Amino acid sequence: MIAVIDYDMGNLRSVAKAFEKVGADVVVTREPGKIVDASHVVLPGVGAFRDCMHHLREFKLIDPILKTIESGKPFLGICLGLQVLLDESDEFGLHKGLGLISGRVELFPPNMVAEAGQGSERMPERLKVPHMGWNSITKHKESRLLEGVDDGEYFYFVHSYYAVPTDPSVTLTSTNYGIEYTSAIEVENMWAVQFHPEKSQSAGLKVLENFSRID
Amino acid sequence: MLTKRIIPCLDVKDGRVVKGVSFVELIDAGDPVESALAYEAQGADELVFLDITASHEERKTILDVVRETASDVFMPLTVGGGIRTIDDIHELLHAGTDKVSINTTAVENPEFVKEAAERFGSSTIVVAIDAKRRHVGGDKTAEFIEPPCWEVFTHGGRRPTGLDVIEWATKMERYGAGEILLTSMDSDGQKHGYDIALTRSVADALNIPVIASGGAGTLAHIEEAFTEGGASAALAASIFHFGEFTIPETKEYLKGVGVAVRPPAGCHPSSSDSSDPSDEA
Repeated sequence: MIAVIDYDMGNLRSVAKAFEKVGADVVVTREPGKIVDASHVVLPGVGAFRDCMHHLREFKLIDPILKTIESGKPFLGICLGLQVLLDESDEFGLHKGLGLISGRVELFPPNMVAEAGQGSERMPERLKVPHMGWNSITKHKESRLLEGVDDGEYFYFVHSYYAVPTDPSVTLTSTNYGIEYTSAIEVENMWAVQFHPEKSQSAGLKVLENFSRID
Repeated sequence: MLTKRIIPCLDVKDGRVVKGVSFVELIDAGDPVESALAYEAQGADELVFLDITASHEERKTILDVVRETASDVFMPLTVGGGIRTIDDIHELLHAGTDKVSINTTAVENPEFVKEAAERFGSSTIVVAIDAKRRHVGGDKTAEFIEPPCWEVFTHGGRRPTGLDVIEWATKMERYGAGEILLTSMDSDGQKHGYDIALTRSVADALNIPVIASGGAGTLAHIEEAFTEGGASAALAASIFHFGEFTIPETKEYLKGVGVAVRPPAGCHPSSSDSSDPSDEA
C-alpha cells in the first residue's frame, strides 16, 4: 500500500488517481500509523515551503516521514515535497526544512533570459517566474525511478524556487530554465522530483509506476 | 527548454459541452469527460473547463465532471466560471482541479485573490481578464485611442469596469495571481488572430505567465501569440473542437517555425498516423 501524505495542501487527488491508474494500491492519509505501515510513502506538495513545514509539524507528520526514510522504504517527494527535504529555504523568510539532503532552496534569479534557439533571429526572451509548463530533463545517471523514461523527456513543472544540493552526486536529473538546476534527486531509498509526474501524462505515469514497483 | 503551451478550452453548461467538439472518434461530443480524454490522447498541454452554468444550484455538476475527468486525464486542469468563495475553490481542488480561474469576483473583491493565493498557493490561482480596446470618448463608433489601451470587462464582456487592463493585471500579480488568462473581447470569435498588442503589453508588464485567448483562426495566429505577443501559452476553442487543426498538427507547425513545443508523438504510442519520425526532443 502506497501512502500519500495528506497535509492539507493542494490537489492530492491527482497523485492518488495517477497511482490508481498504474494499478497501485494507494491511500491518502495523515494518520502516522498508516504512514509507518505503508510499503511506500509519497510526500506531494503545492504551496509555500513555510506552510508545508508548518502543516507537517501541526499534523505530527515529521516523525513518520523520518522513520519511513530510516526504515529503508521507498520514499518519493514531489515538487514542494522535494524542497522540504533540504536544509532551508528563504521563501517568505528563512525556514528550516527536514535536513535530509544537505543544501538550500533558492528563488530563480530575476531577469533571466532564454538562450535563443539555433539559427533563431529572435530576441532573447525574458523568462517568467514561476517556471510553469512542460520542460525537459537531462539524466545524470540511471535509476529505477526513470526506467523506460527517455533522456530529454518532458514533464510538467510549476515552481519559483529550486533545490541546490551541496553534493552534486545526488542529482538524478537536471532541467534548464535560465540556469541548469537539479530537477530530481536520488539518495538510497529516497527519491524526489521537482516536476509533477501526476500531471505529466504517460511519462509521469511511468515514473509513478516505476516508484510503485521499487521494493 | 521550457515549451509553449497549447490549451484547448471547453465551455461547459449544466455538465455538457456547448459548442461541442467534433472529433470523428468521439461518440458523444457533448460529454466533457470524453472531450477531455480526446485532448489528452492528442497531447494537449493543459485543459480549461469554463463553466457557464447560469444557476448556482446546478454548479455541483461541474464537480462531477472534474471528478470523472481527473480519474483519466493526467495534465493540468483549470476550471473557471462562477467562483465566488474560498469554499468554491476548495471543492474544485478536492475534486481534482489543479488551478481555478477567477474573473468577475476578482474585480468585485480584489482581496479575494490575495486570500486565495495565500490559502492555496499562487500556482493554483489564475486571474482571467476580459479586455476591450478603448475608443475615443468611450464611444464605440469612434476611433480607437492611440497608442492603444484596454478596459477590463466582466460578466462575459457585457459590463465595463473602468479599470485599465495593464494596471489591473499588474495589481493581480502583486496580489498573488500565478498566471493571467487574457481574452480579447474584440477578437474573440472573430478568427482574425489574437490581439497581439494587448498580449505583448500585458506580457511585458508582468513577471508571471500570460495565456493569450480570443481570436485564433489559423496556426499562424498561435505562432504570433508566442513570437510577437510574448505569451507563455495559447488558449483556443473552435479551431481545435471542430477538427480544423489537431493538437499534433498545431505542434508540428509551431516546431517548424522554431517555436519550442513539447513533441506530441512519443506521448501516446497509438498515434502512429504522424509521418514525422522526429519523436525525440
